[in-house]
Amino acid sequence: MKNKASVVIIGGGITGVSIAYNLAKSGLKDIILLERKYLAYGATGRCGAGVRQQWGTKQNCILARESVKIFENIKDELNVDIDIEFKQKGYLLLAFTKKEWNQFQKNVQLQNSLGIKSKLLTPDEARKIVPFLNTDNLLGATYYEKDGHANPFLTTLAYAHAAKNLGVEINKGVEVLDILVKDGKIKGVYTNHGFIETEKVVNAAGGWSQKIGKMVGVDLPVYSERHEILATEPVNEILGPMVMSFSYNIYCQQTPHGSFVMGYGPNESVKSVSSTWQFLETMAKKVTHLLPPTKNLRVVRQWAGYYNMSPDHQPIVSDCKAVEGFYMAIGFSGHGFMLAPAVGVLMKDIILGKNLTWDVVLDIGRFERNEIIKEPSVV
Amino acid sequence: MDEEKIIVCRCEDITLKEIRDLIKQGFTTVEEIKRVSRAGMGPCQGKTCGPIIAREISKITGKSIEEVYKPHNRPPFGGIFFKEIVGEKNEE
Repeated sequence: MKNKASVVIIGGGITGVSIAYNLAKSGLKDIILLERKYLAYGATGRCGAGVRQQWGTKQNCILARESVKIFENIKDELNVDIDIEFKQKGYLLLAFTKKEWNQFQKNVQLQNSLGIKSKLLTPDEARKIVPFLNTDNLLGATYYEKDGHANPFLTTLAYAHAAKNLGVEINKGVEVLDILVKDGKIKGVYTNHGFIETEKVVNAAGGWSQKIGKMVGVDLPVYSERHEILATEPVNEILGPMVMSFSYNIYCQQTPHGSFVMGYGPNESVKSVSSTWQFLETMAKKVTHLLPPTKNLRVVRQWAGYYNMSPDHQPIVSDCKAVEGFYMAIGFSGHGFMLAPAVGVLMKDIILGKNLTWDVVLDIGRFERNEIIKEPSVV
Repeated sequence: MDEEKIIVCRCEDITLKEIRDLIKQGFTTVEEIKRVSRAGMGPCQGKTCGPIIAREISKITGKSIEEVYKPHNRPPFGGIFFKEIVGEKNEE
């Protein structure tokens, strides 16, 4: 491991490798990425692997739209021979309450104004897309066929390879112990493998990002929330889109590999840090009710991971007024994987002092300025 | 025997050659190989291939089995149908 870097990126999830790649692509040398365990150990490798553009705020829509453009052309972009298993068979979002249906109508209007051609569907139209969908109490749905799935491990690996090809040093098994700050400026990073001298540090530590903030004396407005998820054995394709409901609290998609991946929001009454039998039982009831043929699927594995939640459920991609040279890409609130291609571009803009590539406000100062529009559509 | 014809992970059809190539690329724990190749993600959840992959890593890298293989199998222990969980009788 080198002992001097232009930038040290903390975190080997999708966000960290995307930032590393974009910085290296723009010509920056001596970039070091540090990962405590192995690539995609945290939220990236534990996520639902969905990629959607049907969001309720302008910023999330733009980040998702631009990320999908990159996912669609990932081989040309990264120039590495890794199939990220990108599939576009849509997201079907279900509305079971009046409030939800009203929100969906607003969301579709917003999405359409930003070039995301989502549609409102009647329950019958929804059944044309998923014939076995239980439409009891369903008021309507929205659908966008360009949403879908990508394999988080392989996408992370593809970005990491591309970054390495451009000279980035990626170190796994290296834990950051502390960060040296002098006179309000970053001076270096202490790790379990020695000290790295640097003037720039990027916090891309996901579920552990608050800990990194504390190392430079900054209290970040994020917290980590445990979410559970499971996978089934692979079967022939029966479900095209991701099926998702906020009020019924579920998401479920069949991956190109054939397995189903599904989860629902946090269960705070359970104290375990890993997966629980309560989740398995509730998930089984939910999914077999909404998508009855799933009753014949066999669950093979369940696990848990962290959503790093921000106050408005939109990412914080920002520099830091209090500490010069400290940057952060945190608070993805459960959708960091799908937004990472665009976030890497934006963090590159910020670090190099350029104008942002897209018209978004993701700096940490927005919370003090009270410019908060909360994302309404999160599972 | 031809390492391309030896199946290490029976659930996901992964050969000994594929495993050895991944180890040489720097994936030197069972957990990492599982994530990039799906070896161990099938119905048996790595109960068959896990120890075999660990032995290969150990042979190639010189690291001890304990260092490269810390099995903490995720539940459930064996595959289970949703209909068994929700209480419906198995029709098979």
